[in-house]
Amino acid sequence: MKITDSVERIDSRAKIRGMAKYIEDKVYPEMLYAKTLRSDHARARINQIKYPECPQGIYVIDSKDVILNNEVSMIDTAMPVFSNETIYYAGEPIALIVGSDKDAVLRYMEGIEIDYILEEDPFFDLDTASKVPSNILTAHTIEKGNLNTIEYDFVLEETFRTPYQEQLYMEKQGMIGRFEEGVIIVEGSMQCPYYILNALKHMTGWNEDRLRVIQATTGGAFGGKEEYPSLLACQVATAAYKLKKPVQLILDRREDIAFSTKRHPARIYVKSYVKNQKIQGMEMEILLDAGGYLGLSDVVLQRALLTMTGAYKVDHLRIEGKTVRTNNVFTGAFRGFGAPQSLYALELHMTHLANRLNLDPMTFRENHFVVEGDPTSTEGIFHEHIPLHELSDKCRKLAEANMASEKKQKWVGYGVAVVPHGGGFTGDGEAAHIKAVVHLRKEADGMVTILVSNVEMGQGAITALSKIVASALEIPISRVKYEIPDTSKVPDSGPTVASRTTMVVGALLYRAALDLKPHLQELGTYTAVESYKKPDYVVWDQETFKGNAYLAYSWVALIARVEVNPLTYEVKCTHIWSCYDVGRPIDEQMSEGQAHGGMIQGLGYALMEHMTSKGGFIEQFAFSSYPIPTPMDIPEMTVEWVINPYEDGPFGAKAVGELTLVGVAPAISAAIEDAIGHETFTIPVTPEIIERTLSVWKNSN
Amino acid sequence: MEKFKLNTQEVEVPKDLTRRLLDVIRVDQGLTGTKESCQEGECGACMVLIDDEIYNSCLVPVGNVIGKSVETIEQFKEREIYKRIEEAFVKAGAVQCGFCTPGMVMATYALLKTGEKHSLEDVKLALSGNLCRCTGYQTIFKAVQLLQEEVE
Repeated sequence: MKITDSVERIDSRAKIRGMAKYIEDKVYPEMLYAKTLRSDHARARINQIKYPECPQGIYVIDSKDVILNNEVSMIDTAMPVFSNETIYYAGEPIALIVGSDKDAVLRYMEGIEIDYILEEDPFFDLDTASKVPSNILTAHTIEKGNLNTIEYDFVLEETFRTPYQEQLYMEKQGMIGRFEEGVIIVEGSMQCPYYILNALKHMTGWNEDRLRVIQATTGGAFGGKEEYPSLLACQVATAAYKLKKPVQLILDRREDIAFSTKRHPARIYVKSYVKNQKIQGMEMEILLDAGGYLGLSDVVLQRALLTMTGAYKVDHLRIEGKTVRTNNVFTGAFRGFGAPQSLYALELHMTHLANRLNLDPMTFRENHFVVEGDPTSTEGIFHEHIPLHELSDKCRKLAEANMASEKKQKWVGYGVAVVPHGGGFTGDGEAAHIKAVVHLRKEADGMVTILVSNVEMGQGAITALSKIVASALEIPISRVKYEIPDTSKVPDSGPTVASRTTMVVGALLYRAALDLKPHLQELGTYTAVESYKKPDYVVWDQETFKGNAYLAYSWVALIARVEVNPLTYEVKCTHIWSCYDVGRPIDEQMSEGQAHGGMIQGLGYALMEHMTSKGGFIEQFAFSSYPIPTPMDIPEMTVEWVINPYEDGPFGAKAVGELTLVGVAPAISAAIEDAIGHETFTIPVTPEIIERTLSVWKNSN
Repeated sequence: MEKFKLNTQEVEVPKDLTRRLLDVIRVDQGLTGTKESCQEGECGACMVLIDDEIYNSCLVPVGNVIGKSVETIEQFKEREIYKRIEEAFVKAGAVQCGFCTPGMVMATYALLKTGEKHSLEDVKLALSGNLCRCTGYQTIFKAVQLLQEEVE
């Protein structure tokens, strides 16, 4: 087959028929059910736990049962598998209560009494917490040029705030642990089988001969199943090892929303120095609420900082960022990974600057677009063709017919955003930390098997990777098989994150296919092995944050149209026009599906996904209180591509998944501002925010 | 003993008449094609047919289906109309993670069986009880519209 052929998604029919087995659909003989005993307080010490006498068949699994280290290895190892003393956030797991009868487990839990000693210094507010030095978990500064030497004729200084966002994958978090013939086997809903394997190694002190991680069909993840499943895996592994029986842990939806990781609330300060309608320099600061544990927050912060100047060339910069410990739920990966926060602030700030200068917001952006050869914010070089002008032109043309006829209509508005997303790990992460290895095996029967640890979670990985291999080998896609990730069978090709699966892992498979191709007609089996090699153009110093922060950037230009109801201030987004450079889309239909899905998650972030924390407890912890976009909220979406092949991507492909979300909130926010005639500084832009914005204006005039 | 029909089988109703129909289907009968997601009747992942009408099975106490006929995706997929729905979902690229899909299929059927042609707004309304976090719904609307073209 050829890469331009359209294909049927490989996993679609089994899913439509209800035959795909997700982790909650699996049953093993003698399987027990687990429920998590959680802290009722956000900042406390556990003085004593009074367990009622255990009835037959009910077991308590806690920190005393952990094989070696009561630590979940993520970036650091601060988070315990089961808290045994100090509580840092509300809902922190203390034990698993396990039994064969779910109702009996729940009845038993009602009788458990925990005696807490409350600590006096809980922090729930990001601003307050950030003023206490011991709460600053990590901090970074990026400087470029010299802000002291610049000349300017005006300054715009703004502070933006972004809230939590819950991934709200349709399938809840879930994991099954088993102990069979001396081996702990953990199976579940996950993005990163080897992250879990490493966490199990650290917890047990065992090597991979006695540990095995298998991915089950995963019903959506969006980052929510990147690091959090490591915690659940350590818990079920401990229980299964102790009880020598399979143990299934499926979070309740309310538990999942309230206590699993979500997007970091952020405060973003942006200050621009402007002369002759051009930005001369910028100062920025971003604070992220990390919650009770660092988790992946510092990695999220790094991406937030490294993407802070977006699609624009700014010669003089000072960018600071901090992860702040609070006693809120711990935050983590979510599609975009820091970029939705920083680019919301940057893009809306760009619109505000254009307004002050009385310039068209797209034209003002175009005047600052980076081009090939320009230095990046970290003094690397954009080494590839950057078709930003093509994207903005094309996007504007798509929207123009509507815009021209409606420009002056009150309560109707248009907003633009132009954003990048860097594919793969930040800096030299792919080479220094991930070191991906892929295997491609020709079987004796002529089939070709893909062996990677990157999972299908709905984004289309199986089909995209199979298509790359089939196209490179010039064989029908039906001859390509994908091995479900199982650490006892597949090599570590890295986690399914950072929009890296097609671009980075797909490229390794492409090279493996070229190696395998001459052996296709041979008898027997042949395995091609490819390991990641850093391209020469990537130079990075992790200490100073200097060099090429990303392998390659994908880009999008967006225009959103909204209608604001003048009586209720309800907002209807009616159309989003979008033009993408993702190199070459591996499959247009699937890439369009990513674009639609990302845009609608961005629309939710912009308009309705309101999530707050009070006393460390998430206040909206159900579908009925945390609204996500329904079919009734869906605007018309126009998706166009500018083909700009990336030389190191498979068939020219670059990152897709995350890019589609990051620019939407600022575009919609700008459209609302255009409709109501006033600036906003936070999302979601609910009717209450609009009401407040308009009344502040009325009162001050 | 009170019974209800589940797909092709007569099933005895459990003693606890307030047990959720969803649990009877998934846990007691092991039919896992019907999914549980929101646990409060908001998302449609657990949608089944009761006497050929769609219901969220997480909201139905099993005592209320005594004498009725319940159909899940396992049986529904044998119907002729299902085959058309499957083709349309595949063709439109309407499936990503797949967790909402069996429920979406049920909601699609409820619209199709009216035999009428519906506007895009009607399609959105018909699917408004079914949430999807992956697709942004556009390809699901497209699948339903493909099926509607066949109605013409």
